[in-house]
Amino acid sequence: MSAPILSIHDLKVEFGTRQGVVKAVDGVSLNVYRGEVLGLVGESGSGKSVTGLSILGLIDPPGRIASGSIKLEGTELIGLPEDELRRLRGERMAMIFQDPMTTLNPVLRIDTQMIETIRAHENVSERAARSRAEEALKRVGIPSPAERLLTYPHQLSGGMRQRVAIAIALLMSPALLVADEPTTALDVTIQSQIIAEVQQLCSETGTALIWITHDLAVVAGLADRIAVMYAGRIVEEGDVDPVLDHPRHPYTYGLLGSAPSNNRRGEKLAQIPGMTPSLANLPSGCAFAPRCAFAQGDCSTAPPTLTHDGSRAWRCFHPVPDREDVR
Amino acid sequence: MTALIEIESVSKRFVKRVDLAGKIANMLGAHNREQIVRAVDDVTLTIRQGEVLGLVGESGCGKSTLGRMVAGIMQTSAGRILYEGRAREDGVASTQVADALAVQMIFQDPMASLNPRMRIEDIIGEAPVVHGLVDAAGKRDYVAGMMRKVGLDPSVMGRFPHQFSGGQRARIGIARALAVKPKVLVCDEAVAALDVSIQAQVLNLFMDLRAEMNLTYLFVSHDLSVIRHIADRVAVMYLGRIVETADTDALFEAPAHPYTRALLDEVPRIDMRKKRFAVLKGEVPSPLNPPSGCHFHPRCPRMEEICKTGRPPLLAVGPGHEAACLFPQTGGALPEPMSQ
Ligand SMILES: Nc1ncnc2c1ncn2[C@@H]1O[C@H](COP(=O)(O)OP(=O)(O)O)[C@@H](O)[C@H]1O
Ligand SMILES: Nc1ncnc2c1ncn2[C@@H]1O[C@H](COP(=O)(O)OP(=O)(O)O)[C@@H](O)[C@H]1O
Ligand code: SF4
Ligand SMILES: [Mg+2]
Ligand SMILES: [Mg+2]
Repeated sequence: MSAPILSIHDLKVEFGTRQGVVKAVDGVSLNVYRGEVLGLVGESGSGKSVTGLSILGLIDPPGRIASGSIKLEGTELIGLPEDELRRLRGERMAMIFQDPMTTLNPVLRIDTQMIETIRAHENVSERAARSRAEEALKRVGIPSPAERLLTYPHQLSGGMRQRVAIAIALLMSPALLVADEPTTALDVTIQSQIIAEVQQLCSETGTALIWITHDLAVVAGLADRIAVMYAGRIVEEGDVDPVLDHPRHPYTYGLLGSAPSNNRRGEKLAQIPGMTPSLANLPSGCAFAPRCAFAQGDCSTAPPTLTHDGSRAWRCFHPVPDREDVR
Repeated sequence: MTALIEIESVSKRFVKRVDLAGKIANMLGAHNREQIVRAVDDVTLTIRQGEVLGLVGESGCGKSTLGRMVAGIMQTSAGRILYEGRAREDGVASTQVADALAVQMIFQDPMASLNPRMRIEDIIGEAPVVHGLVDAAGKRDYVAGMMRKVGLDPSVMGRFPHQFSGGQRARIGIARALAVKPKVLVCDEAVAALDVSIQAQVLNLFMDLRAEMNLTYLFVSHDLSVIRHIADRVAVMYLGRIVETADTDALFEAPAHPYTRALLDEVPRIDMRKKRFAVLKGEVPSPLNPPSGCHFHPRCPRMEEICKTGRPPLLAVGPGHEAACLFPQTGGALPEPMSQ
């Protein structure tokens, strides 16, 4: 296989808070290849967004990258000067968020924002930039793009705004797009349209995609590979089929078991007891141990290391027996 | 099963006034007028004793508005809602209070609906004391009993809402509703804000309570997999109208209305890999200016000229199965979802 577009090694990100140091990301390693879709899943607070923001160099105090390496197309991003990072953002990597207004400027017309983005990276005429912008809106499924270019973000529906944010993110055909729950606030039919468009555009340009979500069903339909996060660590990673059909980590197994669609109607849902731990004082061993049905004494002594098996890996001392079916 | 709640030709209209920007534009010669939103448009629906009726549809279709009217916390603009055959206004005083308490609402965001300055003991115990279900001396025991019922440890009743997790706050909201001994719970997106593992806990709780307390539910959700799991019967809403009702299995296995079909096609499923997304084109039109005739006609693959004229009535397409469509799909099961 060729070299990965993105390679993260042992990334640690911390936040200084009144409750102590929060290890939001605690030793994450990931590779993403050209044209690949990686689903990054986990419940709220597990460190998905912080991982995404770290890649783009968008961690602000009180947060800091404590250690590790993030390479984009071979270039180390950690420690890169801000102007270099800014150039790479937009040209080689981009991010979209749950709230498109994170990236859209409410007081600027869409055309101004798009033309500025293009001309910040390329020496082209205003007219050429405008027609590129119009073309980009059309490609994300925006009807009458020439008229939409003349509107302000608040004049558009939530779904249309997210499409504009995606069009801007993909203007320069980046090598990597990080999508942080971009459809979570949208209705299923709009979610479906937007996923279809991102899917299509990324496959046309070979852009690698990291799709962050709490929704396993979205990832099932979209991703090639999946990484499951719990309390700042990736606890299981691999091709979608084995991970979702025969999860080895008890947390993945529990999550799949508690999804209504994986249960028979009216029957009790399998549930994971307790709740997600506070990251400020994690148990010393496996962070999932207090909620885990498979846990034994050694689980709370040291954090489990990674076990590899073919195209997948998990971090657990007592994994779910191989071939155990979720349903 | 007998009807517990009858929703009879109920409508709700909101007046959308001209906002400041619109007023300024008017001074410059624009013609912005007051507009009417028909949030709920002549809905007739029955909730049967002991059932879980699921109400689904995309945001803005009127689910919350209908739910609020059923719970009696919002007036209807037209039509009426009967509880055990009585309209709220025509009972004698004593049945009026009992009828009002009989239907309780549970909201999506427990934090927004729990007074941050009240202790859990008072949040849960206030209403039953006011309504004389328990005297002040018995309040603590009563609250402790309610807390146990929803899986909370009674020793924390002296704490405030912010000291609890999202899942615990959802349980507090449920205990508060149960404390006045309701017969019906209207749950409006009650698990939407919760993580999957916590959502499973709360859905299980709803099912336990149903069996234990003989409750009837109107379960409002945009999440079809939650509805499929918990509901006995489902009503699908689109732009203020009910477009299909059926038993849950019939609705999911053989949807008759083209909108229901499209909606089901779009729901991501864990067992579906490399799905082809986006079958349905376009967005839900503005409720300020809904399409003529069948509201779904501009997006509908089965549309004919006649669909643009009258409102299609809800007609039987199978036993206990009704759809508001001139060309419903009948007899056929849902085709296998398309894969790439
Ligand atoms: N600005 C911040 N200050 C303090 N803690 C933060 C900040 N941002 C994130 N965190 C902490 O980092 C952890 C991971 O957060 P996040 O990556 O946003 O989770 P996710 O996206 O998986 O829901 C959380 O426990 C959160 O409390
Ligand atoms: N208090 C209100 N004033 C004006 N319009 C409202 C009000 N509540 C709801 N609406 C409008 O009524 C329609 C239905 O809203 P709602 O019942 O909240 O839908 P849902 O719960 O299905 O998302 C929407 O167009 C909404 O904007
Ligand atoms: S009535 Fe006509 S437009 Fe409406 S759903 Fe049926 S076929 Fe489609
Ligand atoms: Mg996040
Ligand atoms: Mg609502």
